[in-house]
Amino acid sequence: MSCCSDHGHGEGHGHGCSPQSGEPISVQEMNRRKFLALLSIVPGAIATAAIGVPVAGFVVAPIFAPEKREWVSLGAVSQFKIGDTIQVTYKDPSPLPWAGVTANNGAYVRRTGENDFIAFAVNCSHLGCPVRWIASANLFMCPCHGGVYYSDGSVAAGPPPRALSRYNVRIENGELQLQTQEVPIG
Amino acid sequence: MFEKLKNLLVRFVLWFEDRTGLWAMFGPSLTHLAPRDAKWWYVFGSATLLCFAIQVASGVGLAFAYIPSSGDAYQSLQYITNVAPLGRFLRAMHYFGASGMVLLVGIHMGQVFLHGSYKFPREMNWFSGVALLALTIVMGFTGQLMRWDSNAVWSIVVAAEQAGRVPFVGKWLAHFIMAGDAVGGATLGRFYAIHVFVVPGLLFAGIGLHLLLVMKHGIAEMPQVGQIVDPKTYREEYHARLEKTGIPFWEMAWRDSFFALATTLVICFCAWYLGPPPVDVPPDPSILDTAPAPDWYLLWYFAVLSLANTALEDYIILGAPLVIGLLLFCIPILSNSGERHPARRPLSVIALVTAVLFVFGFWISAMHMSWTPNFHPKPLSAEVLGTPGTAHYRGGEIFQSKSCINCHLMAGEGGRKGPDLTYIGDRATRDQLVIRINNGGIGMPGFAGNLTPQELNDLVVFLESRKHRFDEAAGEGAKPESLPLGTSAR
Ligand code: FES
Repeated sequence: MSCCSDHGHGEGHGHGCSPQSGEPISVQEMNRRKFLALLSIVPGAIATAAIGVPVAGFVVAPIFAPEKREWVSLGAVSQFKIGDTIQVTYKDPSPLPWAGVTANNGAYVRRTGENDFIAFAVNCSHLGCPVRWIASANLFMCPCHGGVYYSDGSVAAGPPPRALSRYNVRIENGELQLQTQEVPIG
Repeated sequence: MFEKLKNLLVRFVLWFEDRTGLWAMFGPSLTHLAPRDAKWWYVFGSATLLCFAIQVASGVGLAFAYIPSSGDAYQSLQYITNVAPLGRFLRAMHYFGASGMVLLVGIHMGQVFLHGSYKFPREMNWFSGVALLALTIVMGFTGQLMRWDSNAVWSIVVAAEQAGRVPFVGKWLAHFIMAGDAVGGATLGRFYAIHVFVVPGLLFAGIGLHLLLVMKHGIAEMPQVGQIVDPKTYREEYHARLEKTGIPFWEMAWRDSFFALATTLVICFCAWYLGPPPVDVPPDPSILDTAPAPDWYLLWYFAVLSLANTALEDYIILGAPLVIGLLLFCIPILSNSGERHPARRPLSVIALVTAVLFVFGFWISAMHMSWTPNFHPKPLSAEVLGTPGTAHYRGGEIFQSKSCINCHLMAGEGGRKGPDLTYIGDRATRDQLVIRINNGGIGMPGFAGNLTPQELNDLVVFLESRKHRFDEAAGEGAKPESLPLGTSAR
């Protein structure tokens, strides 16, 4: 208790015993104490890593998930009219059970010929806002910053740097299918 | 009897203090000396803290019913808003509390800057304040996403696209934000965790540090002309002045108290009278009739991005927040001594006024959203269209069906992205009109191939007739537009 003799108890004990108030100590002892003090960092660092790495890994894991590309059906080919562009809706191929309506996705499909289809992503190539098809004007228009695209998806006006991106499509047993793809980034 | 009870109470209090030391720890914050002249100017910081308290209380309340699941959050919000007793009020309080916090953080910061209170030895107060500002903005943005509707879903997509422009790691960042390839079942959970655990934890720590620093360095006095901050002598001078003229903090705290009450009442009144922001369209990414926009406190920034020159855009999207943040942060590094009074710091005053005007200017332009088409224009009036069956009439119809009206004003109706065409007949000849319509312009698509020769002719007949006298006859008082043909609002 000698270390506490030089102050009142009101000051609490949030300090170690100061060497001055105890017996004089040797240089060796000093070094030993310093070494032990430093040593206490090691278990701390290991424990931090043991906790931090799995947590951080869990949080960033979606970055490394491989892109899932699957074919989904958009319905019978016969429901698309040649020359028309219509919006289609399809579900994520394997949504989380609690995804609800967020599993839905939109795309624009334009039938250009008997067996020719183009499927456009709805995302504006500028910053990803959902473009709208204005059938009477034959244009896609973006509500965010006024990007405009022609019916073939090429840029007509505004900030978009690129044409609308496209999905792969195929016809299988009279059914139009679209290959899902990640949101086009960058 | 009474004496005994009193003794017991006193002994309990003494025992409690002996075992906890709470008064020893927090008492000084009430009794420490504060400058006497620190009057109403100083109430904004405590009012900001009050807003934070409102946010914690209302937020915890909302968390009792909110379901942070991508599929169910929307329904739980409907339940909170329309069914749960007081739910509507609580949501509104959380919204207006957030608005108040953003506003007051801004005012508090402006005051500290104006009065040079960030100078020696209070640099760290400023640094921690800037960090708290950033965290507040993150809370605002993630909070808007908690209102899990179509706007939230598309805001995340836009955020991911912006992050996607970061060199090298852009794609990773985008996937991190969306929690995968696209917005889906995994997305809401991470923003919930950030909004409810991560950032509030940091805010608590940051606010604690901020207050600790206020205690450590004392409350800054009102600036006096000629009272120079010299790091060598400032502390001594400050304490000497306080000893002479300072008053204990609790004697001046009534102002903070009343202002905090007023703030609370305003927030409650707005919450009761205006109600919460609507949770509009469901968070269904296949619903495309939506125009994502941030809440008011970030709307000005939305306008900055929208009006940014396309060539420089990447730099603005990525660079502006960095540069603005760094500049704010570095203010005490640039000057931490010398005069504090605004009259002796003209450059600082100019900088502050410029910043405020900048934000307000973009706010106003954001209200008009003049960079984006109007998707639901009112149809042209019969007066503008004229006699059915004429080329003029058909031209007016084409003006609408071909979406000209979505971007151009015509007699007060339509969009504001392109020039007002109400009096286009005064400014353009037939040939000029044909060329412009066929080829388009900076912000305008070309319509060659999209109009039959007949349609083009009708449209031009319609536009040519839009001359000034037209409206004088109709009794309209608008002035002629001086914008040259083809000037776009962008
Ligand atoms: S996102 Fe479409 S124009 Fe900007």
